[in-house]
Amino acid sequence: MAEIVRLASAGTLESSDVYVEIEPWDEGIELQLESVVKGQFGGAIESAVRATLAECGVERARLTVSDRGALECVIRARVETAVLRGRGES
Amino acid sequence: MRRSMLFLPGNTPNMLVNGPYLGADALILDLEDAVAPSEKDAARLLVRSAIRDMDFRGCEIIVRINSIDTSFWQADIDAILPQRPDLILLPKSGSAQDILTADEYITRTEERLGMAPNTVRLMPLIETALGVENAFAIASASPRVAALFLGAEDLTADLRCQRTKEGREIEYARTRLVTAARAAGVDVYDTPFTDVNDDAGIRTDAACAKALGFTGKASISPRHVEVINQVFSPTMKEIDYAYEVMDAIRLAKEQGRGAIALRGKMIDAPIVNRAQQTIAAARELGLGREDAQ
Repeated sequence: MAEIVRLASAGTLESSDVYVEIEPWDEGIELQLESVVKGQFGGAIESAVRATLAECGVERARLTVSDRGALECVIRARVETAVLRGRGES
Repeated sequence: MRRSMLFLPGNTPNMLVNGPYLGADALILDLEDAVAPSEKDAARLLVRSAIRDMDFRGCEIIVRINSIDTSFWQADIDAILPQRPDLILLPKSGSAQDILTADEYITRTEERLGMAPNTVRLMPLIETALGVENAFAIASASPRVAALFLGAEDLTADLRCQRTKEGREIEYARTRLVTAARAAGVDVYDTPFTDVNDDAGIRTDAACAKALGFTGKASISPRHVEVINQVFSPTMKEIDYAYEVMDAIRLAKEQGRGAIALRGKMIDAPIVNRAQQTIAAARELGLGREDAQ
């Protein structure tokens, strides 16, 4: 399991990007999502975030995700970057 | 066919998403100058994910990694190579040893990933006086080298001269690179024209590069792509003449004639070679005689 040991962020609030903040958390994944397309794609965005966390081995973290219409590959890259930074590996 | 190569900043999703729709034959996803040191990690993962998951609609994918005198380049290769980009653009290539250093690491990475040798080719970016003087050694340092690329902005800084629209200050570098690349049997690409609002200037600059023998030209602006594609495509007149040359060759062979003339001019081997290159380019663009039938 990969521990998030510090507050970290990745991405921007520019169009087609997503801003991800991650911080240590005691239990499970706490996810707060804000998106211009939350109504249509909120579920898909959350799935992409959770899948990336699982691939990175993160089981405990609190995330704030501010989406500006990012493609799934952008969401995955930004979450992974935030995880690496939150682990102190990047 | 690689006529135009458009630079896209590697950490800007909006540009990456729109890249495939801008008309360029190749996209250069930039991890070097367009990315701040604090964002190298983010850009590397974004470019990796984009290559892996996005549809680039047939555009060739070139990744400009960081130069081998930085602490970033090996991590760039580790992240990017598994996605099999068409080319790695290696900035500040100054000597054959620089190419061998990058080549050795790429070779080991390809082996580790189970990829065939030289799956990912290398395009050295020549942007120093030393690189220009070593151009042939760089171009022939490894079979992985597919092309040379002239970078005039850094070069003119190294030469301690002003970069001008007319480009007299890079005439030597241009001709030197074309000669070195052709001698080594690889392609060669011209530096971007940096005034994005000068529509006449980009046409003149691209035509100059084509006349010198460059294969194509890079651009930092989507506005320049169409002009570059036009300039580096064969014209219908050139295509028609190329087919006339090949028809004349065929007819002469049928008639058992050795010497061939067309429009009062002897047809020799260089003219035939050029005609074959023109027809190959026309076919790639769907402008060949076969495409019309």
